[in-house]
Amino acid sequence: MRRETILNVGIPGLLLAIGLLAYALDETYIITLATRAAILALAGVGLNIALGLGGLVSLGHAAFFGIGGYAMGILAFHAQTYMPLWGVIGGTTSMPIIWLVAVIASGLAALVIGALSLRTSGVYFIMITLAFGQMLFYFAISWPAYGGEDGVSIYMRNNFPGLNTLVPLNFFLICFAVLAVVLIFAGRLGKSPFGLALQATRQNVARVEAVGLAPYKLRLMAFVLSGAITGLAGALFADLNRFVSPSMLSWQMSGEIMVLVILGGIARLSGPVAGAMVFIALEYVLEDLSHYWHIYLGAILLLVVLFARGGLVGLIAGREVAHD
Amino acid sequence: MTDAILSTRSLSKSFGALQASDSVSLDLRAGEIHALIGPNGAGKSTLIAQISGALRPDSGSVIFDGQDVTPLPTVARARLGLGRTFQISALAMEFTVLQNAVLGALGQRGRAFRVLGKVMRDKALLESAESALQEVGLSEFRNTVTAELSHGQRRQLEVAVALTLKPKVFLMDEPMAGLGAEGSQRLTGFLDGLRHRAPILLVEHDMDAVFALADRISVLVYGRIIATGTADEIRANAEVRQAYLGEEDAA
Amino acid sequence: MSAALLAEQLLNGLQFGVMLFLMAAGLTLIFGVMGLINLAHGSLYMIGAFAAAGMAALTGSFLLALAAALMAAAIVGAIVEMVVIRRLYDRDHLDQVLATFALILIFSEGTRFLFGSLPLYLDTPDLLSGPTTLFGGLEYSKYRLFIIAVGLAVGGGLFWLIARTRLGIQIRAGKADREMIAALGVDIRRLYTLVFALGAALAGLAGAMIGAIQSVEVGMGEPVLILAFVVIVIGGIGSIKGAFVGALLVGMTDTLGRVLLPQAFGLFMDASSATTVGASLASMSIYILMAGILLFRPSGLFGGQA
Repeated sequence: MRRETILNVGIPGLLLAIGLLAYALDETYIITLATRAAILALAGVGLNIALGLGGLVSLGHAAFFGIGGYAMGILAFHAQTYMPLWGVIGGTTSMPIIWLVAVIASGLAALVIGALSLRTSGVYFIMITLAFGQMLFYFAISWPAYGGEDGVSIYMRNNFPGLNTLVPLNFFLICFAVLAVVLIFAGRLGKSPFGLALQATRQNVARVEAVGLAPYKLRLMAFVLSGAITGLAGALFADLNRFVSPSMLSWQMSGEIMVLVILGGIARLSGPVAGAMVFIALEYVLEDLSHYWHIYLGAILLLVVLFARGGLVGLIAGREVAHD
Repeated sequence: MTDAILSTRSLSKSFGALQASDSVSLDLRAGEIHALIGPNGAGKSTLIAQISGALRPDSGSVIFDGQDVTPLPTVARARLGLGRTFQISALAMEFTVLQNAVLGALGQRGRAFRVLGKVMRDKALLESAESALQEVGLSEFRNTVTAELSHGQRRQLEVAVALTLKPKVFLMDEPMAGLGAEGSQRLTGFLDGLRHRAPILLVEHDMDAVFALADRISVLVYGRIIATGTADEIRANAEVRQAYLGEEDAA
Repeated sequence: MSAALLAEQLLNGLQFGVMLFLMAAGLTLIFGVMGLINLAHGSLYMIGAFAAAGMAALTGSFLLALAAALMAAAIVGAIVEMVVIRRLYDRDHLDQVLATFALILIFSEGTRFLFGSLPLYLDTPDLLSGPTTLFGGLEYSKYRLFIIAVGLAVGGGLFWLIARTRLGIQIRAGKADREMIAALGVDIRRLYTLVFALGAALAGLAGAMIGAIQSVEVGMGEPVLILAFVVIVIGGIGSIKGAFVGALLVGMTDTLGRVLLPQAFGLFMDASSATTVGASLASMSIYILMAGILLFRPSGLFGGQA
């Protein structure tokens, strides 16, 4: 097996092992951290489809993360208050249904935002995705129905058929399973005909056009898939915290998702997983060390960008590019 | 004019005061190599850009395979069967040589939105890509990363990708550039045979290749075609000698 | 709505627009000349505000506070350019985004470390506090008029600088062709540091002036930064004129939207839903404006090729 393949199995395996070990040692807090890492990794895997494969520097992915979160928050809110949505649709506390709604809602949002943003490229694209993210942030703050700035609290974690989701390990395993499935999908996506064409748009747009493929459509599809996966992560994140607020839509959230992709290594399948684990570990260790841990995070990020462009997985696996 | 597959009608394009294309009409017939020559800055690249769809003309039209394609973008023209190579190699540099060729084959087949199935295990695509690489002599480099190819090899890969498109017309922008004598000769021989698969509109600086290959030659000077004819006719044309070859004689 | 209220809101929109222009001008200059997208521009705004608040607390002088803001932002800008930004010119946009995002984290937390988490307040000077009477008996805040005047003066100065001075010629040449300007014997490294410091000083000035209207706190820069991005997208990247027009458009749309939209919805809705819907829509109005302009001009009103 190549090093890349070993890492693609080993890094998620490490996350699973940490979760299970924490269970064996009865360290509930560590299980929660591992769950957080799995969810953020999922968001990163989503972003990486646009960023790593498509070269689309989206600084507005918190929009999809937040929409996923609000999909969960709104459905569960209507279920816990027994008030049907728009008078007809009852809420739900069933995770699979919530996930489906989160994926569709964030995918649709990505379709609209992408269709507009992808008319431009380069810095314009960065600024516009950031701006649309901010638009939803302010909308969430000013719309009072779901708590405005204060957000929505959900009293009970949502249900998954056959499992007690209030047991930390169970919820961790659910999140990890979702991550694993999406990782397998993303891995296959990268090697699919679409993945080849998408990666070509990142490298040379003129070439893609000359072979008769439309870069705009390829990128839009990547953006929608990317947004939908990040939205799914958002639903899980809200479920982990049993709370959703506009902060999930904030530009800092977009930045954090991007940072963990970069920390791990861009365009590497397991990069976001490594990045999320390191991010959570840094948060855990540095926060203990100093109240101002973001300074260290900033310094580390700066060093990675300036001197270690392949990220952590890049450092371990070398610069070898996947050939097939 | 018999069976012109590709023709331009009075194409004009100006950038400010510069008239880059001045009522250019030329056509490409089945089975021929039509070479477009002209000194630097004559407007060859601008013309190619208008034919391929990268640039919209101010006036005039491009007719391809009986259809007015002037309003169509590059992608649509490529899908109709316009296979081009670029003057400055436009390849996916991080891909292997084979991946670039497979990308071409994928473009030819369409259905690029499949998210499952391994593209580099797709028999039909691989067959098309491998055979194109074979034809241009790049088979042994199939697993080389494109960025590591020599300049000349990139030119060959450009041609190979165009072959995978199985186009109705080839539009080749200086395919010989940087090839060296041996490579040039090899490619000349190859293009000689290729014209029977699809006609070639060839922009080229290598005059040996042009005069050896071209059924007809058009000479572009200051955005205007000053002469079109066989190699002998062009050699004998006084205006061409003065405007173009004359300069070379002097140098 | 009365004409007086409308006039007041127009002036508020103008003041907001002028402030956005000070931010956007620096951003667009830095992008136009150096090709750099700088997320940390909001930090320089914040540094200006903190420097002003600090100096005002120390000396009680508003003028010294403004000077301190300009100096602090320019100096920090120059140092950051020489230490970090310089290494990013040849990098792709992603690296620029990440490195300047890292700078935001460092600056924000660094400021929190130095000044604490509580917001500071910067008082308007006595001379400028309270309202003054304008044409037609309109009462309007002296201080906001001061911001408008300073902003317009700085804007005029900037146009003059770029159109008429030696530095301006170098900036315009630097936009067109980096190698050319180096060949002309201009010290390009010095020019870049200078342009970056200039942009930083403008941001610092904006931060200090707004600091006297709002509170001075960590994180105050980024919302303004993102609005400045909207301004640049609307105006066209690299165009000072575009930044000016875009800033006024955004300032007016945002300010008037907040006042007019709830009233407009009040015409056919009950008051409380009108306020809700109007306020929500107003919060999105500038982004809708941006989307609308993008549909027709993907590279902005005064932009070249995107």
